[in-house]
Amino acid sequence: MINNIVIVLFDGFAFGMLLFVLSVGLSVTLGLMNFINLAHGAFGMLGGYITVSLMREWGLPFILTLPAAFVGAAVVSMVLERLFFRRLYRAGELNQVLFTIGLVFIAAAVATFFMGTGQQPIVLPGWLRGSVELFGIRFGVYRIFLIVVALTITALLFFTLERTRFGAQIRAAVDNQRVAQGIGLDVQRIFAITFALGSGLAGLGGALAIEIVGLSPSFGFHFLVYVLIIVSVGGLGSIAGSFLGAALLGIGDVAGKYFVPEIGSFLIYLLLVAILLVRPQGLLGKR
Amino acid sequence: MSGKTALALALGLGLAWSAGASAQETVKVGVVLPYSGPFADAANQLDAGIKLYMQQHGDEVAGKKIEIVRKDTGGPNADQARRMAQELVVRDQVDILAGFALTPEALGAAQVATEAQKLMVVMNAATSSVTEQSDYIVRTSVTIPQLNYAFGQWAFQEAGIKQAYTLVSDYGPGHDAEASFSKGFTEAGGEILGSDRTPVANPDFSAYVQRVKDADPEAVYIFVPGGAQPAAIGKALVDRGLAPPETKIFAQGELTHPEALESMGETALGIITTFHYTLERDDPLNKEYVEGYTAANNGREPDLFSIGGYDGMHLIYEALKKTDGDTSGDALIEAAKGMSWESPRGPMSIDPETRDVVQTVYIREVQEVDGKLQNVIIHEIPDVKDPLHGASN
Amino acid sequence: MATIDTTRPSSEPLAWLHQQSRWSVFEIVFWLLALVPFFFFPTYLMLANQVAIAALFAISVDLVLGYAGIVTLGHAMFFGIGAYTAGILSARWGWGEPLSGLLLAGAFAGLVGYVTSFLIVRVQHLALIMVTLGLGLLTYELANAMSWLTGGTDGLLGVDSWDIFGYFRFDLWGYTAYSYSLAILFLCFLASRRIVNSSFGLALRGVRENLNRMPAIGSDHRKHLRKIYTISASIAGLAGALLTQTTNTVTLEVLSFERSADVVVMLILGGTGRLYGAILGAVIFLLARDQLAGINPQYWYFGIGLLLMFVVLVMPKGILGGLSWLVGRRD
Repeated sequence: MINNIVIVLFDGFAFGMLLFVLSVGLSVTLGLMNFINLAHGAFGMLGGYITVSLMREWGLPFILTLPAAFVGAAVVSMVLERLFFRRLYRAGELNQVLFTIGLVFIAAAVATFFMGTGQQPIVLPGWLRGSVELFGIRFGVYRIFLIVVALTITALLFFTLERTRFGAQIRAAVDNQRVAQGIGLDVQRIFAITFALGSGLAGLGGALAIEIVGLSPSFGFHFLVYVLIIVSVGGLGSIAGSFLGAALLGIGDVAGKYFVPEIGSFLIYLLLVAILLVRPQGLLGKR
Repeated sequence: MSGKTALALALGLGLAWSAGASAQETVKVGVVLPYSGPFADAANQLDAGIKLYMQQHGDEVAGKKIEIVRKDTGGPNADQARRMAQELVVRDQVDILAGFALTPEALGAAQVATEAQKLMVVMNAATSSVTEQSDYIVRTSVTIPQLNYAFGQWAFQEAGIKQAYTLVSDYGPGHDAEASFSKGFTEAGGEILGSDRTPVANPDFSAYVQRVKDADPEAVYIFVPGGAQPAAIGKALVDRGLAPPETKIFAQGELTHPEALESMGETALGIITTFHYTLERDDPLNKEYVEGYTAANNGREPDLFSIGGYDGMHLIYEALKKTDGDTSGDALIEAAKGMSWESPRGPMSIDPETRDVVQTVYIREVQEVDGKLQNVIIHEIPDVKDPLHGASN
Repeated sequence: MATIDTTRPSSEPLAWLHQQSRWSVFEIVFWLLALVPFFFFPTYLMLANQVAIAALFAISVDLVLGYAGIVTLGHAMFFGIGAYTAGILSARWGWGEPLSGLLLAGAFAGLVGYVTSFLIVRVQHLALIMVTLGLGLLTYELANAMSWLTGGTDGLLGVDSWDIFGYFRFDLWGYTAYSYSLAILFLCFLASRRIVNSSFGLALRGVRENLNRMPAIGSDHRKHLRKIYTISASIAGLAGALLTQTTNTVTLEVLSFERSADVVVMLILGGTGRLYGAILGAVIFLLARDQLAGINPQYWYFGIGLLLMFVVLVMPKGILGGLSWLVGRRD
């Protein structure tokens, strides 16, 4: 029984970490600029397709395609930010919603056109497949890998935010944009870089997600709901909040399905509504 | 309007618009499918089956030209399917309704077929009750009970499995699969240790697979929709050490379609599935079909949707030949009843009573052949009818 | 509707309200145009029916989003409850009389709206959007779990609407369907127009513009919000019931997140807080979709995406906002 609980917690945590990588970027950009980017999942899809293409066309190993997925999504998001998003910061949330939904539509059409409607299978290298046995419990190797990647990213993000000059600038801008601007910070530039980083992480998340949830042109829509749930439950602009929210939802989802499968599909939404009614600003949100 | 018709023609037939064509009498076939949205791939594959048949057999039957009009429903969307069927009848004035990849869409459009008295060819939707909704419906795909009832019996009688656990998607087809496999299995003498249902949009199966593992059955029966889930659940099973030969894995054929096999790799070895179409089935007709299909679709292989569309077109062509071009719904449905033919999937026919498909059910095992994983047929059950139609009457 | 007597409005706002509720030529032309499909495009009547239903649904969302500032991504919940109420009445209890079914559906959706409104008024901003979304998805899952009642993913079988007044049959062309939906749309529009041009509607706009200030001037904003949310839920339920009755189909899709998101897209596209924006948005979105899908059934949403992005960049107040700016009627 203990073994079962351990493995359920482990699986849920690993799934949560995948969701964390997919959604943390949106949390930071929403908190920083109040920019509602519903196309965040589309950047995840882009990362996924970059990985699939590089593996299939160029025969690159999976692990090397991950940085490419990050960079590709980041670069595309930077271009889009320059061309379009920048005009929308003051346009009101409804216009942001409409514009970014339009972008998701276009992303899905473009993905269908170039990659087809089908699922995109990838073959992982041998060292990431199968499972290892520890204390009589079998842990999936890929899930361990997911957790390691997510923890590394979390550590890097914390280090950047807490220990670097750029991190201090971001924190200042999140706390009070006006004052930050007043003391000479280029908030526009800070946001552009943060936006690119966040989209890049979504791209990385999309690449990591192929093995667990697959990849098709509806990815951008499909994961929108999950990403929004984690951002709102965790709290805007909080990396720790997103981490906590993702871990909680991942574990809650898997544990709920294991112990009470009858309400497995309800649980994630019940948690969402309950948490937000008690803490509307999210678990660790500031506003 | 005429520009749109011309475009549909050019798309559908791959032919240039010519003056001669418009002078000739045409038979219009309205195809209703979810061309966009989460089921776009199913629509795409089914449509490719239709196109291939027309490419191989020409677009002329009984002196008339076949013209396809395509309509998108955008997902599992019954009211949209119904509206599309209505518009096809009143605006495009089609003679035959076809397509219908999803059960709710077929059910939604059924009343239109009855009221307009048009032949309605269901090319996929696999819930048993679909053909009972209108006397003008004929089905060329498969029904879920057809595949799984016989499979359940086989699992006990031939495979020697005494107890099993079922794990199915929590929606109509999943419930049908669970019920018919369990029925066949327990009637033969087997015991179901437990059954779980997974949410339809389920990203992570680990919790359910762990529950199966706790029950420690001899075999687990799985039904998930095609797409991303087969590979995901396959991998989750293997991660838990639930794999043949220790634990037998039974499923409907979606679980081991080519993309899923590629993704699962050698861990898929030994999975046993029940299906009506097998890509690698050694048969000259099938070989020709697969070669033609992959050549026309950038190397993409045909699947269950493709064969439903292909045979659906065959039925339309043959029925038109029989009626000598008479397109009335009553004449066509009479012509379709009892029709039998050799399909790339094997011998099949239309039950004159229920207008439903009768065909061979293949039981296949994933094996490695020439370094490639494929579904190898290990057993054939000929002339299987849907077991539910008789029961409900 | 003037239930807030704590701050009796002075005569000036009353005059303003009166002026607002006067009918303009544009409006009369607009509704006459709605009759055009009967005479010139009879093969498009089923599409027109769908547009009318979507427009009614969009009006219900405009009441909460455009006038009261409640951004919702879960309004399909009420649309679906209305649709299932009408469907279950017919399929399970054999009662297919359309008008009574419609009213019951609206009443039941309104009741559920009233109950959930107590949760809705507790939260704002992102939390509000997510609570509506969460409640919507919960309802979807609930309907799927109760497949003995709802028919699950296959949809509800055996819905059969009787003739309206025992005389007008729902025909294949959609004459009856569109007439019926258009009549209900027009009635609900009249009611909504009255509401937004009343002092209650004015109070709602106050809540939208500055939530903190309303209590300060003695207005019970939560009560206002609960009231409009209930009304809106009820109208959404009517729209859902219309869909059931005119197509004889109900599936889980009526409760889906996609339907919630689509209606918000239509509304913003047309322009929020104007009622006509909701109708225009539904007309343009669905007509564009129909025409684009006619050209290519697989890639129509590329064109829709371009349309949405274009409207945001060129007409930030929605299409109706852009139009009224063009003719110089700023508001």
